[in-house]
Amino acid sequence: MSLLKVNNLGVQFQTPDGMVNAVNGVSFELDAGQTLGIVGESGSGKSQSVLAMMGLLAKNGRPTGEALYKGQNLLTMSPKQLNGIRGDRISMIFQDPMTSLNPYLTVERQMTEVLELHKGMTRKQAKKRAIELLEAVRIPEAARRIDMYPHEFSGGMRQRVMIAMALLCEPEVLIADEPTTALDVTVQAQILTLLKELQRDFGTAIVMITHDLGVVAGLCEKVMVMYGGRVMEYGTANDIFYQPSHPYTIGLLGALPRLDHDGDALVSIPGNPPNMANMPKGCPFTERCAHASAQCADVLPGLLPSAANPAVLRACHKPVAELKLELSHG
Amino acid sequence: MWSYAFRRVLMTIPTLLLVITVCYLMLHATPGGPFDSERKISAAVMANLQAKYHLDLPLWQQYLYYLKSLLQGDLGASFRYADWSVNDLVANALPISALIGGTALLLSVVIGIVLGTIAALRQNSLVDYFVMLIGNLGSAFPSFVIGPVLILVFAIWLAWLPAGGWNDYKIHYMVLPIALLTFINVSTIGRVMRGSLIEVMNSNFIRTAKAKGLPMRTIVMRHALKPALMPVISVVGPIAISTITGAVVTESVFSLPGLGKLIINGASNRDYTLVLGLVVLVTVVAVLINLLVDLCYALLDPKIRY
Repeated sequence: MSLLKVNNLGVQFQTPDGMVNAVNGVSFELDAGQTLGIVGESGSGKSQSVLAMMGLLAKNGRPTGEALYKGQNLLTMSPKQLNGIRGDRISMIFQDPMTSLNPYLTVERQMTEVLELHKGMTRKQAKKRAIELLEAVRIPEAARRIDMYPHEFSGGMRQRVMIAMALLCEPEVLIADEPTTALDVTVQAQILTLLKELQRDFGTAIVMITHDLGVVAGLCEKVMVMYGGRVMEYGTANDIFYQPSHPYTIGLLGALPRLDHDGDALVSIPGNPPNMANMPKGCPFTERCAHASAQCADVLPGLLPSAANPAVLRACHKPVAELKLELSHG
Repeated sequence: MWSYAFRRVLMTIPTLLLVITVCYLMLHATPGGPFDSERKISAAVMANLQAKYHLDLPLWQQYLYYLKSLLQGDLGASFRYADWSVNDLVANALPISALIGGTALLLSVVIGIVLGTIAALRQNSLVDYFVMLIGNLGSAFPSFVIGPVLILVFAIWLAWLPAGGWNDYKIHYMVLPIALLTFINVSTIGRVMRGSLIEVMNSNFIRTAKAKGLPMRTIVMRHALKPALMPVISVVGPIAISTITGAVVTESVFSLPGLGKLIINGASNRDYTLVLGLVVLVTVVAVLINLLVDLCYALLDPKIRY
């Protein structure tokens, strides 16, 4: 049985403008120690998918489908059951370390409460363990700094605290929702290295959500590319990076600045992401796609194995061979 | 923190001096004097009265006389109530206002916070609608409307309680004024608490707490309450000052012989020393309560250190 198996996950929001489908038909599997990258631009539904799994959707949000942790559906279990799993077996770090820690409580209180709750430790035992974890994420003078408040830490240090807090119970799955987006580039690199080492030491499976393809390339084995709340392409990092077979993935990779193509203008994908309240009937990428044909706007392409490489799933009407031909003719 | 508190208390002195001076000048600038009345007072009597209260001296000398007696803790003699010193008048009225105001304040803080919390956690529930209703009524209707309505219902129709007056600290004379003050204050405190807790519950760190698997109870008590109380403390400060030092309207509605009543009488009688004495008292209370509010902030928010 897979550690985490997500089937046809959807998220709907009830808004004053009507029902909005933020996520549709997301499916993936994750085994122990694996890393999955979920890539997409803002509003592609990547964060909402994992928030739904953790029971953290906003009040007007409702999940559909299933998210099975060791066969138990996270989406339908009681809050009490879910509280037994989240923070203990599945934990999460968030995008903004400046606001994700409680400014009114010491780091010690925020860390020990997790161990008191899930491991039944005393406050003293919990503090000792928390200091070990802070040392593991390389916070200097952890024993002294643990009694400080979040505002006494820098942004990078706060994200380290968040990571240490998420790892306290040695979770089997760590969900990282853009953990480096709010940090500057040198700190980003440190945090990513740290995550890689921790994964090696703890054997944690990681779901890494990001819009930074560099992060995915350095960390993930599998990649899921999302657009407009749907999965566009899903495969191993190597396949996605070296043989992208979906126009959106190709566009994303083309928009990446590269050191070996000195002087070339940066290409961007024309147009804007679709309005979630008013999605096109067919493929959400149609309007911005240079390869769109007549059926794209009307018929939703299924997420099917690619003809060129069955290990890759792609949602596109245009066969890979035809796409390649169009690309080579520029 | 204590040195901060001490410095804050010292800072009262210039504040007080400024308030006293401005009030002193304003009172003297208003036309008329304490002994003007419809009956003609003979010139000799007038001169005597003026001399007795130093009103014949130049203004700056009167002012210095006043400051001197103030330093000795003497608020002076009342100009209007001949046998009374201002100290005596205040000593009679203050306990009444403080008891009624203090009780109402305590009740409204507790009830306001509890109702606001329940309303925020159960939005669109009965309690929520109740808090919003009270909040709207309390802001829409002034106490001189709600007060008479309470009297009409509980004193006249139901005849459970006296319509007003004061009878030597007997409880049933206090119920309606305390209820009115509590109602008005709960409407503010409950509304602020509700709004502030809703905002806190939507913040990122509460999402983190949920992701840790903490039960709702712990999330609210440990993670949300402290930050949600900050705006409540800011509104409780001014409410406390006005409630404890005599709710002028409430005391008039229920004819209570408290500080509020004294202020009105003092002002309409041009009782210079009485009005000034009350201003001094209210200023001192205001400064102390503001200090208390600031210390509460520091107690709750680790980012604030003095």
